[in-house]
This record gives sequence, C-alpha cells and structure tokens, in this order.
Amino acid sequence: MDNEKIDQIINAHQGKPSSLIMVLMEIQSLNGWLPKEVLSKVSEKLTVPLTRVMQIVTFYKTFSLIPKGRNEVHVCMGSSCHSRGAVSLMNKVQDLIRIRPGETDSESKFSLESGNCLGCCNLGPEIIINGKHHARLTPDQAEDVLKNYK
Amino acid sequence: MKEILLQIDGKQVKATEGMTVLEAAQSVDIFIPTLCHHEKLEPYGGCRLCIVEVEVNGWTKLVVSCVYPVEENIIVRTRSEKVDRMRKMILELLLAHAPNSLQLQAFAKEYGADKDRFEKEASFCIHCGLCVRYCAEVKKKHAIGFVNSGARREISFIPEIAAKECNDCKECFELCPTSYLQAVFVLTKALAFP
Amino acid sequence: MSRINSAAQLEELRKDILSKRDPDKTCIAICSGMGCHGLGNDMVISALEEEIKKQDLENKVDIRVTGCHGFCEKGPILVIYPEEICYMEVTPEDAAQIISETILGKKVIDRLIYTDPNTGEKAVHQFEIPFYKNQTQYLISYNPKVDPKSIDDYLANGGYSGLSKALFEMSPEQVLEEVKKANLRGRGGGGFPAGRKWETARNAPGEEKYVIVNGHEGEQGAYMDRAIFTGNPHLVLEGLIIGAYAIGSHQGFIYTRHDTPQLKKNIDIALAKATEYGLLGENILGSGFNFNVEVHFDVGIFVSGESSALMSSIEGKNPEPRPKYIRTSVRGVWDMPTNLNNVETWANVPQIINKGAEWYTSIGTEKSKGTKLISLSGNIVNTGVVEVPFGTTLRELVYDIGGGVPNGKKLKAIHFGGPMGGSIPEEFLDTPLDFDELAKLGAPIGAGGLLVLDEDTNMVEKTRFFLDFLANESCGKCVPCREGIRQMAKILTNISEGNGKEGDIELLEEIAEVAGTASLCALGKTASDPLLSSLRYFRDEYEARIK
Repeated sequence: MDNEKIDQIINAHQGKPSSLIMVLMEIQSLNGWLPKEVLSKVSEKLTVPLTRVMQIVTFYKTFSLIPKGRNEVHVCMGSSCHSRGAVSLMNKVQDLIRIRPGETDSESKFSLESGNCLGCCNLGPEIIINGKHHARLTPDQAEDVLKNYK
Repeated sequence: MKEILLQIDGKQVKATEGMTVLEAAQSVDIFIPTLCHHEKLEPYGGCRLCIVEVEVNGWTKLVVSCVYPVEENIIVRTRSEKVDRMRKMILELLLAHAPNSLQLQAFAKEYGADKDRFEKEASFCIHCGLCVRYCAEVKKKHAIGFVNSGARREISFIPEIAAKECNDCKECFELCPTSYLQAVFVLTKALAFP
Repeated sequence: MSRINSAAQLEELRKDILSKRDPDKTCIAICSGMGCHGLGNDMVISALEEEIKKQDLENKVDIRVTGCHGFCEKGPILVIYPEEICYMEVTPEDAAQIISETILGKKVIDRLIYTDPNTGEKAVHQFEIPFYKNQTQYLISYNPKVDPKSIDDYLANGGYSGLSKALFEMSPEQVLEEVKKANLRGRGGGGFPAGRKWETARNAPGEEKYVIVNGHEGEQGAYMDRAIFTGNPHLVLEGLIIGAYAIGSHQGFIYTRHDTPQLKKNIDIALAKATEYGLLGENILGSGFNFNVEVHFDVGIFVSGESSALMSSIEGKNPEPRPKYIRTSVRGVWDMPTNLNNVETWANVPQIINKGAEWYTSIGTEKSKGTKLISLSGNIVNTGVVEVPFGTTLRELVYDIGGGVPNGKKLKAIHFGGPMGGSIPEEFLDTPLDFDELAKLGAPIGAGGLLVLDEDTNMVEKTRFFLDFLANESCGKCVPCREGIRQMAKILTNISEGNGKEGDIELLEEIAEVAGTASLCALGKTASDPLLSSLRYFRDEYEARIK
C-alpha cells in the first residue's frame, strides 16, 4: 500500500468536505480498496464525520472495504444481456470460481461483480475481465476464458 | 415574515411563510401521524406517514406534509380514502419489521393495518433515522450512522466514538419507536468496543 | 492556433480547413465505438496502418478513427470514402486484402460487405444497406465523418456555425423563442419541453445560472448518448453553449460516467480544443459572452442520473434525490436556477438554430418533433444505435431497420425505459414512435433504449429482474420504495417459481399504488411501472403461475 501517495491525495483536499467522494475514488483507484485507517484519516483531514464516510463507502459498489482479487471479473447483468442468457452465464461463472457477486476468492485470484450495463449490448452476454471484453459467450465457453487468468 | 392563509380539514389556518403543512396543522392542534419527525431535527421525509391531500387550483395531489411548504389558498385534507389507504400500507410494511412497537400498534388500530399482512422480516429497525439524526444534529457526536443502501440499509455505531460518548448520554434511546437501537448498542458494546 | 475573434474569422478558418482537404482522397473511416472496441477494432486499425506503411501509401490514404457508426452488431466496421464502401466484421487478417484489392485495385471484397440474412441481397455502399437506408440521420450522421479528437473535422462539417449565428445574429431571447417554437422535448426520459425549462431558468431570480449536460445514461440498454458524446463531443458542446447564451448562464457542468475512459478523454480534448480556438471560455468568438465548463463524474450508481441527485453530487454531496416541491430550474445547484438537459437534447440545438424551428417542426409528429436516437438491444438481429424521425412505427424499427428477431423466434413484446418503463405487446407494433402515444400504452419512450423480447421471455421473471435492479439501486431512505420493492420482489419470486398464492396479484397492485404515489423520488415512483405494464398486457402469465 502506497501510504505516501494516499497521504498526498488526502492532504491535497484538507478541510474540504465536498471533496469526499473524489478523494475516495482516487484512493480506491490507486489502492484497489479502502482500509479502515485510511477512512479514519480521510474523516479527520477532510472534516467529515466518520459516519458520513462509512455511509458513502458502503453505499456505492465502486468502493471496496476488502482487498480485491488480482482479476476483476464482471458479468454484465443488464436487461439486454439478461435477455440473451446472462443468468446461465453468471451461474456457470459462479460455479467455476466458487464465489458470489461482491466477493473475492480465498486465493485473491478473482473478484466477481454483477455488472451494470456498460452499453455495449452487441457484445452480450459477456464477461469483462480487467477491462477486456469476452463477448457473446455461452456458459460452456466461460471455463476456457477464465483459465487464461492467473 | 409573510402571512399565508390556507385551509386544513375545513379550518382556516394562519401560517407564516417558510412553515411546512405539518407545522401549520400542529399550530392549530390538527393531528397528523408521524414517525420520523422530531421538533428538534430537520424534517426528514422518510416514513411518508404524514402524507396528506393538497388541492391547488382544482388539482389534487398527495404530498408529504413534513416537508411541503405552506402556500396561499391551498386546501389540505389530512384524512381521506386515499390518504388512509397509503398510511395503512406504510404501517403494514413497517409492522412486518416491528409488530411489537407500541407506537406502530397504536397507529395500526386507527388505520386498520394488519400486522400479519407480510411475512416477518429479520430486522426490527424501521429506519426512521431519529437516532442517527439526533446524534448528528443535536449532540453533534456522530456516534451512529447509516451504512449500506436500499433494503440492506442498517444503523451502525462507530465503536470508538460510541465507547467514549454513549454511556454518559443515551438520549437517543427514548426516541427509538422499536427499541432496535438499544439492541444494536448492546451488541456493539459486547462485540466491538475497543 | 490563435483564438477566433469574429464570425467572419470562423468562416475563414472553415474555408481554410476545407481548402486543405481533398474530398477525393481515399479515407478509411473506422468505427471506434465501445461495441467495435470490444470486438478488437484496435487490432484492425494497427493492421491497416502497418499495411499502408508497408505499401508506401501514407500520403495517399488517410485513416480516420471515428465514433460509433451505429451498426454495432456487425463490428468491427469501416467505411471507405469517397465511395462509401462499407466493410463489416473486419479482422486484422483482412487488412492486406483491403489495401491491395479495394484501395489499390478498386475491387469490392464480397465476403466483407453486407448480406441480407433473409434475401441474400448484398449492399456495397453504406447508403444501400437497409439498416442505414431506413433511418433519417441528422445527429449520428456526423460520426463516420468526424474524428472526435479533431475539432477541425467538426468545423469542416459545418460545426459551430449555429453558435456563431446565435451569438451574432440573434439575441438570447430570440434563441429561446426559436427553441420553444421548435418544440424540442427532453430526450432523457422526461419529454418535457426544453424551451419552457430554459425559460423558467432564465426568468428565475439568481446571480448565477447553471446549465448541465446529463451524460449519465444509466438506463440499461441505452447507449446512444455515449455514441454521440464519445463520437462527436463538439456537437453537444455547441448546443450547450447556445443554451447557456439563451438562458444567461456562464458556468456549465458536464456530468458523466466514471467507467468509460474513452468518453472522458474525448470530452477533455474537446474542451481543450474549443478553448484554444476561442469557442469556449472568455469572450467567445469575440462576442463578449463568457462561458466555462467543469466535468464531474458519478460513482457508479443509477440514481445519480436523477436530476436533483446529480445536482447534489455536483455540490460534492451524496447523490441523493430530494423532493421536487421546488423545481431545480428555479433552485438547483447551490440553490441557483439550473437547467439540466440530456446529451441528445443538447445535440439537437445547433441544427434548430442553423436550419430554423420551421424546418425542425416539419419532421416528426404533431407533438413530438425532430428525430430520436434509439438503441436496439435484446432479442434483435441488428443491435446498434439508429436515428429515426418521430412517427416511425415500432414495426419499422424492429423489422426494417432492426432485422427482426433472431433464430426464427416470434416477437412477444417491446420494452422501453428499462427498469422504470413498460412493455408493449406485439399487437401494438404499428404504434408510431411518439412521446404521448407510447406513454398512453404504459411504455413511455424513456431515453430511447428499445429492448426486444422474444416468445421465450418469461414476463414475470423479467419484471422481477427489473425490480431486483432497482432494489439494488434504491437509497433506502423512504418506506414505500425500500419496503415496497422488497415485498414486491418477494411476491414476484414466489410467483415466478410457481409458488404464487391467491390474492398475490391484487397485493402487488396495492403495493405498486403506494410506491407510485408516496415514494420520495422517481426511482420509487416508477419502480412498479414494468410490473403494472406487464400486468396490463400479460396478466395471464401471472395467473398461470398461481395455484
């Protein structure tokens, strides 16, 4: 964890409660998750009550209170993908990785999210891993896709 | 402050600009049921129980009286078939969480709400927010807050702050309509106080 | 590049740009929208660039990386100008053949052009392909011709002439009148007359007025805003500046998603270029009008697309909606008059000023004017973004343009508005696209995401899916939404699994009424709309699952 960088981000917004979400997003993006000590520091330096910080951090799926896996697996569950079989695809992925959406596996290899529609409906149903699209998948193809990730 | 004349349940009421319909009604002893309202706190608009009918220029709409500002010449009806129907359902939804709450039971009797309409829910918090808001706005200690969203929303103490402040205070305890607050406090104290 | 300081200078620059461009020079316009990107178009682009270099054609052939062309199903897609030969599903391995056979040999590669799946008919040129032929494009037509990173491309296509006309030939009141006369209605889902909203903001008291582009596009299956905003951000920016002039605002906000880096990059580049050219910032085009823009991002939650929540977020607070007893056009951001409009709404403004309200009102139906961008998704052959005039029937959209339902399945319903919308059964397919006609059927057009549902769709399950989505996105503050959705989802799950009880449907309708009336914001209020609409037309599916 890059404590110096995190401190830099927080200090740049010292005393500015309205920068809360922006600061949290920057740290989440840099660090991959938000440890409790960091949240306390944010609360103190930005003069925002810790209850407010906790409310925001637990409200939005973007923020994670636990370290994420090395590979972020995102199965789109938008309405179009749903019509094209995303549920069976998600079930297969859950069977393969053995975790549910919002969880990370015990080896920190995969984190699974069920996703918001990203608007590339022509690719559905799809699995997006670390930003890469694996488009138009059937449940049988899921295993081959996941095999390539360490 | 500008004076505003409006009608509530057939009564002519003199209110001042900036008042809410609820405040105007209370000023002339007209009762509107509330759960999340408290005179020391900012209006919340969460329980929706104080919903009333407001007629403006011949159009009737349903609004939440604790946040709706008074307007000249509006006609307010605090009870009507539609209003009662809304309140009954709101109470039934909450009774699924806290069927033993005395306050809910009293309202339920008035509106014919059936506590067994819905299957019992695990948590008996009704999310009136009184504890959170009181600690934030009156005591300014922020020892308790909301976490998570939607149906997973719950109240949660910050153990470090609660350990320091709550034992000498506990002023929020008497506000809780269901006693869920006391239960959470005991649990947090047992499991998480440093 | 020195700042442009007058209308005349703008026209001179435009002439200069055009004079340096040869319309007969070969240009390969490659779509770089998200849909094509996910199918590997960046490798196609590299392969073509390499081949062009290999064959020493760098001075003879341009490659233009553009925004979304619209025909997402057939990506990666490219169009070769000036002939407008359209190649589809292009792979990197095709690059060599394209360069040697088509560019040099002037021969069309048969396997890369469009083939109608039903008739086998082929179409070489983009304008012959039924998907494009049956559209009427005024907004997305720019996309293949414009590199979103180049302001010169937009200028070469007439860009910013609307702004120039507004600033120098019209007063703010005249611009406002023109937009009112055009009857431009909000394209984000409200369908509210934009001109009237502008007027309210203009007349409301306040030392500062704000204008906002709502680029959040949270509705599932809707991706047309991203197609326009990523592909041609200047079009939206021009509309915004014209609107700001009409309203009297000097500060604008762009609110957009955090998960599309391409969109963010293109917006940033566009703002920088526009400022450099004097089209944004102080003393725009030397007119004396000042206007600046700030970009804000959401946190990945659906509700932040709601206008009052969005404004809260711009102020640095939680994106939580607040009751709309006081309209945001009167008291919005920082309690100042704020006018918020959707990306597509702003994109319509330049053409209204350029060509006039009379021209604009000649397109569309009596109460719904102009064209609408529709994103086709679900069980449909041609997924993509299309543009049609209001009045086009749903049948034309699904069959003539959309190519119908795949795998020989029958159409069961068309769903508009995502989790806050409604479904229309097949018998109403000849309904014209129109705000009010569709609202009457219980399926208001929403943002324009058209989801096609085939005969295998379980309508009860689909409704439960929509409710689940909203349950996850609900903030949880008010009882009717939080508890109402919770209980409705439970009942629907029971019904869907065959465990429905007598009285379940009536209970659903009762809860829906309370959620619809007493909820704090539009999420709770419209949460039960898909349910009510599916009960209206597909009640038998529910009854069949109840013992």
